[in-house]
Amino acid sequence: MRINCPLCGTRDRREFTYYGDAVYANRPAEGAPIEAWDDYLHLRDNPAGETRDLWYHELGCSAWIEVTRNTVTHEISATRLLTDRKKPAKRGKKT
Amino acid sequence: MRIAGKGLIDRAKTVGFRFDGKDYTGFEGDTLASALLASDVKVFGRSFKYHRPRGVMTAGSEEPNALVTVGKGAAQVPNVRATVQEIHDGLEARGQNAWPSVNMDVMAVNDLFAPFFSAGFYYKTFMWPRAFWEKLYEPAIRRAAGLGALSGKHNDESYEKAWAHCDLLIIGSGPAGLMAALTAARAGAEVILAEEDHRMGGRCLSETFEIAGKPAADWAAGIVAELDAMPNVRLMTRTTVTGAYDDGTYGALERVGLHVANPPKDLPRECFWRIVAKRAVLASGAHERQIAFSNNDRPGIMTAGAVRAYLNRWGVAPGHAVTIFANNDDAHRTARDLSAAGVRIAALIDVREDVEVAGDFPVYAGYRIIDTVGRKGLRDVVIADKSGQISRIVSDCLAVSGGWNPALHLTCHMNGRPVWREDIAAFVPKPGMVPGLEAAGSANGAFSTRACLAQGVAAAEAALEALGRKPKKVDMPEAEDGAVRMRAYWEVPEPKHRAWLDFANDVTTKDVRLAAQENFRSVEHMKRYTTQGMAPDQGKNSNVAALAILADATGRGIPETGTTTFRPPYTPVSIAAMGAGGQGAGFAPQRFTTSDKAARERGAPMIEAGLWYRPSYFPRPGEKTWRDSCDREVMMVRDRVGICDVSTLGKIDLQGKDTARFLDLVYTNTFSTLKPGRVRYGLMLREDGLIMDDGTTACLAEGHYLMTTTTAAAGQVMRHLEFVQQAHCPGWDVRMISVTEQWAQFAVAGPLARELLNSVLETPIDVTTPPFLGVTDVRLMDVNARLFRISFSGELGYEIAVPARYGEALYRDLVARAESLGGGAYGMEALNVLRIEKGFITHAEIHGRVTAFDIGMEGMISGKKDCIGKGASQRPGLVGPEREQLVGLRPIPMSRQIGAGAHLFNEGADPVRVNDQGYVTSVGYSPVLKTYLGLAFLKNGRARHGERIRLVDHLRGTDVICEVMNPVFFDPEGGRARA
Amino acid sequence: MRYSGFRVISEGFFGNKGWTPAWRDPDPKPEYEVVIIGGGGHGLSTAYYLAKNHGITNIAVLEKGYLGGGNVGRNTTIVRANYFLPGNQEFYSHSLKLWEGLEADLNYNVMHSQRGLINLFHSDGQRDAFARRGNAMINQGDDAELLDREGVRRHLPYLDFEQTRFPIYGGLLHRRGGSARHDAVAWGYARGADQRGVDLIQNCEVTGIDIVDGRVTGVQTTRGAIKAKKVGIIVAGRSGQVAAMAGMRLPVESHILQAFVTEGLKPVIDHVVSFGMGHFYISQSDKGGLVFGGDLDFYSSYAARGNLPMVEHVMEAGMTLMPMIGKAKVLRSWGGIMDMTPDGSPIIDKTDVGGLYIDCGWNYGGFKAVPASGWCMAHLMATGDSHEYARRFRLNRFVTGHLLDEEGTGSQHNLH
Repeated sequence: MRINCPLCGTRDRREFTYYGDAVYANRPAEGAPIEAWDDYLHLRDNPAGETRDLWYHELGCSAWIEVTRNTVTHEISATRLLTDRKKPAKRGKKT
Repeated sequence: MRIAGKGLIDRAKTVGFRFDGKDYTGFEGDTLASALLASDVKVFGRSFKYHRPRGVMTAGSEEPNALVTVGKGAAQVPNVRATVQEIHDGLEARGQNAWPSVNMDVMAVNDLFAPFFSAGFYYKTFMWPRAFWEKLYEPAIRRAAGLGALSGKHNDESYEKAWAHCDLLIIGSGPAGLMAALTAARAGAEVILAEEDHRMGGRCLSETFEIAGKPAADWAAGIVAELDAMPNVRLMTRTTVTGAYDDGTYGALERVGLHVANPPKDLPRECFWRIVAKRAVLASGAHERQIAFSNNDRPGIMTAGAVRAYLNRWGVAPGHAVTIFANNDDAHRTARDLSAAGVRIAALIDVREDVEVAGDFPVYAGYRIIDTVGRKGLRDVVIADKSGQISRIVSDCLAVSGGWNPALHLTCHMNGRPVWREDIAAFVPKPGMVPGLEAAGSANGAFSTRACLAQGVAAAEAALEALGRKPKKVDMPEAEDGAVRMRAYWEVPEPKHRAWLDFANDVTTKDVRLAAQENFRSVEHMKRYTTQGMAPDQGKNSNVAALAILADATGRGIPETGTTTFRPPYTPVSIAAMGAGGQGAGFAPQRFTTSDKAARERGAPMIEAGLWYRPSYFPRPGEKTWRDSCDREVMMVRDRVGICDVSTLGKIDLQGKDTARFLDLVYTNTFSTLKPGRVRYGLMLREDGLIMDDGTTACLAEGHYLMTTTTAAAGQVMRHLEFVQQAHCPGWDVRMISVTEQWAQFAVAGPLARELLNSVLETPIDVTTPPFLGVTDVRLMDVNARLFRISFSGELGYEIAVPARYGEALYRDLVARAESLGGGAYGMEALNVLRIEKGFITHAEIHGRVTAFDIGMEGMISGKKDCIGKGASQRPGLVGPEREQLVGLRPIPMSRQIGAGAHLFNEGADPVRVNDQGYVTSVGYSPVLKTYLGLAFLKNGRARHGERIRLVDHLRGTDVICEVMNPVFFDPEGGRARA
Repeated sequence: MRYSGFRVISEGFFGNKGWTPAWRDPDPKPEYEVVIIGGGGHGLSTAYYLAKNHGITNIAVLEKGYLGGGNVGRNTTIVRANYFLPGNQEFYSHSLKLWEGLEADLNYNVMHSQRGLINLFHSDGQRDAFARRGNAMINQGDDAELLDREGVRRHLPYLDFEQTRFPIYGGLLHRRGGSARHDAVAWGYARGADQRGVDLIQNCEVTGIDIVDGRVTGVQTTRGAIKAKKVGIIVAGRSGQVAAMAGMRLPVESHILQAFVTEGLKPVIDHVVSFGMGHFYISQSDKGGLVFGGDLDFYSSYAARGNLPMVEHVMEAGMTLMPMIGKAKVLRSWGGIMDMTPDGSPIIDKTDVGGLYIDCGWNYGGFKAVPASGWCMAHLMATGDSHEYARRFRLNRFVTGHLLDEEGTGSQHNLH
């Protein structure tokens, strides 16, 4: 399994650490009710299909990457840096 | 027997080997199977359940019967396929699952009780009396189970793992694979051609047909030679591709040294490859099927294609009077080839009445085999025509063919299922089930040589197009293009005796029918109930037939009944190969500090702290136990001065205008008020509100901070900080980097610490420079260093940090100075006691389920700002008197010993779960206070200081009353560190 | 039909033609009192105990594939009661007691073998943590012994004591821990439930849950609509998908766990051995294969298959711990879909929809829980109240903070 790090290029899965769903990147604001934290920390759509999750290029450039991935086929269709979230995700797979 | 003039073996090179204690010879190129068959050996092993004598059935890795043990002692390998193992001088092999030998096995008595050992019988019995299951039944079952045995000894032979990358991976080097390789290679693609056998060519090596006007084997050799000369081609023989994984990753096992006599020590036995291929072609051929009939498992009963292989490739006729039993025309070639080589054909029996066979041997069209005779080797074959008229044929080798199954397993490794083709009565791959992998040739259900050649070319051309390469024209060689003529035939109806399906697990047609009778109707249920398909051949020889029988028994068609799943590995792979590099210390990195050498020189036993090695204590002459040393080191630090290497703690350098603000976010307490030159203790929560880590962070200059973490959590904190910055603060001016390994850092602790440092620093320090919880740049011996005034021991303490390359020298120097002042080096045991005396926590206390409230630090969560974890930390279950809170414990009387892991109960309460009040996390003997001290978590502990609590450790037989108290046992005002 | 050795012998004399179906194959009725979605270990045991303990038999178990085809059919078969948090302790203790009487209860040999489980530790700190656990086990009334290095060597002489990367300090021995034949458990409960009148409906996939005025009224399936007053969702890794049919989101993330079996070998490993530093656990089945596994692949997945990095890590762990298994050949690898929760502990609870219950979140420890899970889920569905032993397995414990985090790794689903 390989992931296209936007900074380093296509690297093997072994260089990355998985965190979880991309919702982790949107933490509730200060003073948010506990239900918001419950939702953020615990509840998950958990789709059988396309999902977006967060990977850390731990053995590479330390970038946090949002990966668009299919949980049934494992196919990765897009990756982008967490810090680039305002820009659209880079589509298309390398061959 | 050996046939002159046949075979691709090298008759000039004889090889001596041993099987079951007897010496044999063969030729280079022989497998154990071919060499033993040439010597007329019939019985190779005993079947799993019934211990029936069994012989070689096939000529490939799918072999279900001839599993032998090779080698002796620690090098012993069980379950080796005799059909794959190449012989070499000195090879020693023996049969398995039999005692005293495969020829004479006492366990054959099981066969007499067969009616009681039907499928699933063990689920219906062995239940009574209850105690008998574990004492009698199960041990007996376990002894009877399994085929080969491990030696139980460690083995130091070398195994390797490797990576390979290519444009096109071709799996299999028969006609389809060779043409695919040629097509791709000539177009300039980077090609890997992997072949399971030790020689390339696939079926070309075993058949007498011609390709391009020459014997197939010669044609293949020519193609291989051309490929070998091309720099963009890697030929890998003895390499089985075992699994297909995501993104064009394939696992493969190469048998590197298993065929070598007296291999050099560093020659790996096997190499596990990870091959990353942009595209792949599966040209793995097909496996021939048996037909089920009474006693179809005797030694001497083989597949028709295997008999041809033994004849044409190895020059061996597995019998003197050979019978063929088939449902298809392909099998007739066995009769013709043997006949042409001078071997007598006893009979060719074809179930099809209307078949026409050319050949000078007896043909029985429309007949079927109803029994065989010859327990230790086939003697007679009993046949019947459709009217029931019985004849007996004298025969010592029976070549059976029920058709062929494409070897499509890899195409189904990623949740795919194959499709049924009625015309060949076989499953074929469904395209596209593994992205980038296409099947070609027999693996794809094409059975004529011409079709295989053409499909190989087509598959390569499709791959080239996907790779953006132009194919060059490849001439299609002339080859036979016969149509498949067969009639699906799975079993001879109503067998009088057991008709075998799964030879390796001893599963019969009756077993499959019994499964259906008991409503185990789905193919998965049938498989698990009967164990068909679960043996070493993983159903390669029985799956389709068993499926057909099940379909018949349940009134469904084969496609409707379905198949079970296919999983890696395609053929079994040794754990040593897939785990190459993991043995011994190789399993995980070893991290050493700069003082490691000096510590070991002083005789310090080293202990693991995560991946690091740290000294436990430094024994001095006269000290008999670790306690002697530990007690002395604690007093040494409290009274004089001690040196301890603390480099393993995480160190993270943070810089940028927004760093202060960032630290305020990740820590519970405020760091933006920390001035340059100051250090502050910080508590870090996970976002779920529980403690992640604690440590100190120093402000080195405006916008420049150095954070420390615990040794254990360094990686986790780094990952966390990067996440917070990139996810939550992407526009902020803050960057961080781990500098744990860049700085060697040593604690200098004790009343004489300042005196010691002043003997080595260029500029002297005093009580205010640096102040307690301060940091300053210093210089010593021409090296710039940082000096932190922090204390984990509770004594006057400093930590001095130098660039790591100076670590060893500085450590030795500091220890020498300490010793001259009556102190010295101290290790982890003393470090632990010192911090327990002061009530300082480690990850023994903050074990991941602990909150700031639990350790009495809820006040450190600033009310004035947000921080990671603040929101979730306020959940009702994380605060309140029900929580277990940090307390100190001291045994009553003080002479009693306590240990960590004990639980706490109210005095007089039974030590059972419902009365559980808490548990002890850390214990040390305090030579200062002359008592054991413990840190513990006790329900509502802070309100219970002064109470008596019962400490019970069932495991070590301890039951002690303790006093609950403030965990800061020694110097509660903290004056000593501020001296 | 009652199973026994006597029966095996007598049937053997008559060509085994007398064996009757292990369970019926009924068509689904239009209505039941209880519908259980999921014919795995927990679903089947729930149906069994609803019938046995509560006299409720008008039940349909709806299984989308074949009975026991999910995680119960592809695990490493370990049975143990060595949890240390109150809330978990009593549950698994109860489960182990049920295991000990299971064969007699079900009249089916589940081959429960209490051969002993040893958790190895490699530092003083780990030893202390295991001491806490062992004492908790004894407080609960279960068994535990602390072994030192020589004690481990006596039980497990084949471990690499000299060169292994993480030296063996000792181990926690749980004598009543061991293993069982996974398929047999599913089939035993299936047969037992069927004998008591429960309808086991295979090849029946639930496609919708009908809810009217906040109460469940039935389900839609590929074999028609079925009405029911009570519905239990017991589908492990697919919990999120089925709960979504009721408009629910769960604190569950589905992950892939791989496991492995070698070719059959003569007995060589008599215990269940757990090697925490390597995330590796191994035992030997009664068929002779070494059954072992390790950690999740760590990325969320419904593929039920994994990739090589974790395969290799597991093999490497085996080699550093017990290199003598190196010559054994892995015969098959497989993967399942694990329902991971933020604290690694399960959920047996009602939902906000009246009559709708859920049993999920077993992470990768569901096999040992099969008996107690069914027992407690049946109690909940029959009485409307949590069973005493499962009272902390609430859906809302995450929002209230009453967590059951055995690993101590916090609310990240894949760290349990």
